[in-house]
Amino acid sequence: MDNTTSQPTADQDHSAGHSHHESLVKGDLSFHDITEMVSRHTEKKTPLAWYVAFGLASSMAGLLLLSLAYQVWNGVGVWGNNQPVAWGWPIVNFVFWVGIGHAGTLISAILFLFRQKWRTSINRAAEAMTLFAVMCALIFPTFHVGRVWVIYWTLPIPNQMEMWPQFKSPLLWDVFAVSSYFIVSLVFWYVGLIPDLATIRDRSTTWLRKKVTGFFALGWTGANRHWRNYEKAYLLLAGLATPLVLSVHSVVSFDFAVSVIPGWHTTIFPPYFVAGAIFSGFAMVVTLMVVARKIYGLENVITMDVLEKMNIIILVTGTIVGFAYITEFFMAWYSQVEYEQYAFINRAFGPYAWAYWIMMTCNLISPQLFWFKKLRRSIPVMFALSIVVNIGMWFERFVITITSLHRDFLPSSWGYFEPTFIDVTTFIGSFGLFFTLFLLFLRFVPMVAMAEVKGVMPEADPHYYDEGDGRAAGTSVPFIQPAQEDPGRNEAGETRGGR
Amino acid sequence: MPQIFPKKANVLPILSLGGALLGGVALIFLVWYYFSPEFLVVGYQPDQPVEYNHEFHAGQLGMDCQYCHNWVENAAHANVPPTQTCMNCHNQIKTQSPKLLKVRESWATDTPIQWVKVHHLPDYAHFSHASHVNNGVGCETCHGRIDKMEVVYQAEPLSMGWCLECHRQPELYLRPNEEVTTMGYVHPENFVEINLARIQEEGIQPPTNCSACHY
Repeated sequence: MDNTTSQPTADQDHSAGHSHHESLVKGDLSFHDITEMVSRHTEKKTPLAWYVAFGLASSMAGLLLLSLAYQVWNGVGVWGNNQPVAWGWPIVNFVFWVGIGHAGTLISAILFLFRQKWRTSINRAAEAMTLFAVMCALIFPTFHVGRVWVIYWTLPIPNQMEMWPQFKSPLLWDVFAVSSYFIVSLVFWYVGLIPDLATIRDRSTTWLRKKVTGFFALGWTGANRHWRNYEKAYLLLAGLATPLVLSVHSVVSFDFAVSVIPGWHTTIFPPYFVAGAIFSGFAMVVTLMVVARKIYGLENVITMDVLEKMNIIILVTGTIVGFAYITEFFMAWYSQVEYEQYAFINRAFGPYAWAYWIMMTCNLISPQLFWFKKLRRSIPVMFALSIVVNIGMWFERFVITITSLHRDFLPSSWGYFEPTFIDVTTFIGSFGLFFTLFLLFLRFVPMVAMAEVKGVMPEADPHYYDEGDGRAAGTSVPFIQPAQEDPGRNEAGETRGGR
Repeated sequence: MPQIFPKKANVLPILSLGGALLGGVALIFLVWYYFSPEFLVVGYQPDQPVEYNHEFHAGQLGMDCQYCHNWVENAAHANVPPTQTCMNCHNQIKTQSPKLLKVRESWATDTPIQWVKVHHLPDYAHFSHASHVNNGVGCETCHGRIDKMEVVYQAEPLSMGWCLECHRQPELYLRPNEEVTTMGYVHPENFVEINLARIQEEGIQPPTNCSACHY
C-alpha cells in the first residue's frame, strides 16, 4: 500500500465517474501491487495484534471444548432442552451457523454464474467464512445426539447391526445436505486457491514454505492448459454448488416444516429460510470484511462499492424475510386453523414476545436503513447493522424453535424454556472456534483471490493497451506490426513454419 | 526456477486417489467387522464371585433352567436367582464345601451375591424374556449350550441384525413351548411347516419396527 498512499482511496473517489472496469479496483494498482498487498500478509512476521486476537479466540474455543467435554460426560441434560422444548439452543445455534455459512458459496457460485465481477474481492474470505461456519454448525447436532461416539450411525455404512439411518427423516436429509455442502464448498474453495498458492509458492524464500505451498499448489505453472482446465473446473463446481446453496437451507427448514407442530408446518419455510440464510451470511461477511480491509489495508480492492452491493443484498433479503414473517401471520388467519392462529398470537404476544419483537426489529426494520445511500456507504452504520442483523437472525431461530414447542397440544405439559450455563458457554465457544479458524485463514492463506481480482482489472482486457486504432496506448507505434515491414518477425514466422 | 518436487511426485495424485478409494472400502470393512458385537462381545466370560458350574447343574444334573431363573415366563427380566434358591438344596447337600462359602456368608448376613451380568443389551434396547419364552424361542437359541459351559460366556452377538434374522423369519427358529428349556434340541424334519402353521394359528408377528424395542 505504500506505493499508493498518494492515490485517492476507494471511499473518496466513488463518484469520479470511472467506467465499470476501472471502478472495481481503486487506486490505480498494477498486477504486481495486488500480489504484493495480498501475499505479504502471509509472509511477513506475525504482528502482535494477531497473537492477541488469536489468544482470545482460541481461549474461547477452549471454552467450547470444555463445555462439550462436560456435556459428553454428563449427557444432554446439562443443556436446557427438555420436554416440551426438546430442541433448545443446540438446534437454534445449528441453524444460525448453517445460515451464516450460506454467503460464501452464494458469492462464489451464484454470483460467478451471473458474472458479478465485484465478487472477486470478497469471495475467498467469504468462502472461508462459510467453511468455518458450517464446522461450527455441525458441532451442535453432532453433540445433540447424545452418544457422540456413534455419530457415524447417521451415515449409511454397512454394518452387522443391519441398522440403517431413517431415510424418511428430514434430520437424515440434513446430514446429507450439510455434509455435501461442506465438501463441495471445500473443494470449490481449494480449486479457487490453486493459482494463488502457486503465487505465494513462487514468492517463498524458505525451503519449508516452498515445499508446503508447492505441495498444495499441485504443480501449477500458469500454463495455458492449466488455466483452461482450471476455468472449466471452476465453472463446473460453480454449477454444482449453486443448487446446493438453495437446497441446504431448504432441507434445514424441512427439519421443522415436515413435522406437524403449529408454527413449523408451513410450505413457506424453504424459501424463507434460504432468504434468511443469505441475509445473515452477507451480514457476517460485512462484519468481517469491514474490519479486515481496514487492518490489512485492502480498501482499494474491497471497495466501498462492493460493500454497498452487499448492503443492498442485505436490504433485499431482509425485506423478503420480513415479508415472510407477515405472510405467516396471514396464513395463520387465512387457514382458519385454531392451533396455527394460537401459535402465532402466542409468538407475538405470549411469554416470548420479547424475543419476537427483537427479531422483528433487527431483521425487518433495521435493514430498511439501507434504503439511504449515505447509510449503506457508511462504515460504522454497516458494521453496527451487520451485527444487529445477526442478532436478529439468531433470535429468529430462537423464536421458531422455542415458541412453537413450549406450548404443545396438551396445556398440562406447557413450559417455559430457560438455557443453562453450559448452553451459553457452548454458544460463546462456537464463536471462539469460528474466529480461531478465521484468524488462521487470514494469517496463512491469501485472503483475496489475487488471480481473480487481476482478471477483472482493466489491464486484463486484451485491448487495454490498444487505443482502438491499432496503436498501443501512449505511443505512436502500431500495436500490430504488419509482417512485411519487420524482418525479425518475418524470420520468426519462417521458423515457425519450418517446424 | 528449479523444480521443487522430483518428477516421481507426479504419481502422488493418482496414488492418493486410489488410496482414498481403497482406504474408504477398507474403513467400511473395518467398521463392519471390528465395530460389531460379533467381534467385540461374543465370548465375553467374566469371573463370577462364586464358581457356579452351569455345566454340572444344567448339564450333568439336568436341572431345568427355570428352577433358578424362574421369572422368565412372567417378566421381561430373566432373574438371577437369590441366595435362597441356592440354599434350597445346599442347606442339605455339600453344606461344608469351601466353594460355597460365599453363598453361606450371603445367606447368613442377608446380603446378595454380586453376580456379574454376562448378556448385556444397551439401555436403549428393550427385551422381554416373557414374550419370547412363551412363544417358542428356546433358551439356547440366544444363550447357546449353557449345559456345556462351566462358566457362562456370551455365545451370540445379540446385535440388532442378529435379532432381526429371527424376527423376519421366526419359522426357522421356533420350537414347541414345552421344549423351550431343552438344551441340544433337534428340530423334526418338517419343523418349518409346523412353525408356519403355529405362527398362522397363534398370530405370532414378531415386530420389526423401531419402536418395538427402542422406546
